[in-house]
Amino acid sequence: MSIKVRYFASLKEQLGRAEDDLATVREYTVSQVWSEANPGLDMPDNVLIAVNMAYVDQTAVVKDGDEVAFFPPVTGGER
Amino acid sequence: MKVSVIDSLFDPWQAVADYQQGLTALKGKYGATCLFVGTMRDFNQDDSVKGMYLEHYPGMTEKQLLACLQQAADKWPVLDALLLHRVGNIYPDEPIVAVAIWSSHRGDAFDACRFVMESLKSNAPFWKKELLASGESRWVEKNTNGYAKKT
Repeated sequence: MSIKVRYFASLKEQLGRAEDDLATVREYTVSQVWSEANPGLDMPDNVLIAVNMAYVDQTAVVKDGDEVAFFPPVTGGER
Repeated sequence: MKVSVIDSLFDPWQAVADYQQGLTALKGKYGATCLFVGTMRDFNQDDSVKGMYLEHYPGMTEKQLLACLQQAADKWPVLDALLLHRVGNIYPDEPIVAVAIWSSHRGDAFDACRFVMESLKSNAPFWKKELLASGESRWVEKNTNGYAKKT
């Protein structure tokens, strides 16, 4: 019973890790997942969130087996 | 429609020519092919840039790129589409992205191609880290809106 939490790019560097495995005892919202995985640390204002690779907001419900990703604004395309 | 995430140098012109070669059922149907190629510059924000690392979210990237093509096909009469995007270490003058749209008429091909580029820049999970000539590296914070007028 777990939720996989992933971090990318500058957020991954700031946190010093790419992922967490969160043991689950109930359903969580995305913001609760962040708090469980990062106690005492506020979620960055501009963070983007995906559950199972689809964009969601902080109130989305996360279930056992889901993958939650937190990452900074995206910057693909030409440069 | 096809998307591909590529981790080494690629030739967008050859890739598009090869793909078009395979569109046998559409021969005589498309009057317009619009191809956009994005290439890495050696400058950004007044700094000289030596290279960059392009990180992505494998799986979600492909899903979002395909969604960009699908949305374009929902808005314009697109006959086929190809989207190629580099990841990993990229150096100035190397192609980063290629979007090709096949349609009956040029207006739809131009508009759909532009839409796909702008859409991928705000939706596909890619992150650029620039390596400056000074030796310093920095994450690019945000993309500009390509539709916004230059001031």
